[in-house]
Amino acid sequence: MLTRRVIPCLDVKNGRNVRGVRFSADIDAGDPVELAARYDREGADELVFYDITASAEGRNIMVDLVERVASQVFIPLSVGGGVRTIDDMYLMLRSGAEKVSINSAAHQDPDLIRACADRFGSQCVVLSIDALRDSHSDPPTWTIYLNGGRVRTNLDAVEIAQRGQELGAGEIVLNSIDADGTREGYDVEFLRAVTDAVSIPVIASGGAGSLEHLRDAITLGNAHAVLAASIFHFGVYSVQEAKEFLAAAGIPTRLDPYGQPSGGGLGPHNRPS
Amino acid sequence: MIAVVDYGAGNIHSVARALKRVGASFAVTADPAAVAAADAVVLPGVGAAADTMRGLRNARVDDPVVTAIARGTPYLGICMGLQVLFDRSEEDNETPCLGVLPGEVVRFPAGLEVPHMGWNQVRQVGDSPLFAGVPQDSNFYFVHSYYARPSDEARVSGTTDYGLEFTSVVRRDHLYATQFHPEKSGLVGLRIYANFIRVAGQTPAPEFD
Repeated sequence: MLTRRVIPCLDVKNGRNVRGVRFSADIDAGDPVELAARYDREGADELVFYDITASAEGRNIMVDLVERVASQVFIPLSVGGGVRTIDDMYLMLRSGAEKVSINSAAHQDPDLIRACADRFGSQCVVLSIDALRDSHSDPPTWTIYLNGGRVRTNLDAVEIAQRGQELGAGEIVLNSIDADGTREGYDVEFLRAVTDAVSIPVIASGGAGSLEHLRDAITLGNAHAVLAASIFHFGVYSVQEAKEFLAAAGIPTRLDPYGQPSGGGLGPHNRPS
Repeated sequence: MIAVVDYGAGNIHSVARALKRVGASFAVTADPAAVAAADAVVLPGVGAAADTMRGLRNARVDDPVVTAIARGTPYLGICMGLQVLFDRSEEDNETPCLGVLPGEVVRFPAGLEVPHMGWNQVRQVGDSPLFAGVPQDSNFYFVHSYYARPSDEARVSGTTDYGLEFTSVVRRDHLYATQFHPEKSGLVGLRIYANFIRVAGQTPAPEFD
């Protein structure tokens, strides 16, 4: 049975990992290569790197970073931020990323998703959606924001998710701007609205503050994967604790021996029955 | 020397990194003569069947791969490197493949999400040197929309449940192929590469030996 994934997210600025609160503050949270190796050892199912500067310079830093991580960490890597062309995407895939997420650019040029999916396959194209819940909307609705949450659009997030699937996106990362960095929980209603509307995997992002939040995104929001940043970066929980919690809640979880080999090799630490 | 066949497959760098990590002595090569003469052959692959077959033919490495396998050279196929071993694939309006193993490659039925993407368990069937030290039902990373249906049950070396139970590992003597990507499957995946290089007569790095 396919397992649900736990994905630590590293927001990268100038080669350092930073934490964002509602898409703004910068707090240095360490060297991304070291963090990536640690998460791998703890059992991360995948890693996501977001270049939050999204500049040409940021892109070069990212290529170097992905290459360094890929030589040490043997799990899928995902890269996002500043991807505007097929060539940008190719560069990231070649440097060792499995998946590349397209955000603002996808809304300005929807054909980019189709072109990238045709060229590289849907499995490497991730549509990243940043949205804010509309106030006083009943039933609730969510509107897309661009450029890291700075620019409002008139685009409905659920419609854009469906459109992205039709264009060939293989996966959706759903960021709730309201919840981002608050540690008050994912927007489960938002997740449910999107997971009900599409058949491709949806990754919950923004708001994780406890292990119960991770569980709820999966059991209530029907997320295929949960993405979290600060709860892991600052050691509130380890990835392993998160996965053991999800497994205990009856969620199919990968609990194999992880990361780098050590003295005893593959010990008794195995899947729960 | 292990030849990692370079015919334009997208995951060749990841495969090379994993081989390097386990201490393999290998060469990434598109030279048909080098493939034919190799002590062992690794065939990576992602993408579509027709592109893969075209890539192999254009690089003129299709025959050397088949010849090497026929001679008993240890072979490790990854993802498309498994699928192209069979007679044909449904993909791209029926693509004739290498025909090394009898059987066909078919698409997951409607109703299942494709691609099958993520970590899933492999139930090992019988004993295989490829799985030495790998616990039963370990998780491996998959990304694919088609799967192999070997005609000969004896070739099935591992199965995976994705709504239906499909063949995720095949074996015939020293021919091994996995539908999953061991180079993206963490420690158990590296263990697969270490086991393969041992079959190929090499000694893995101490922590994998």
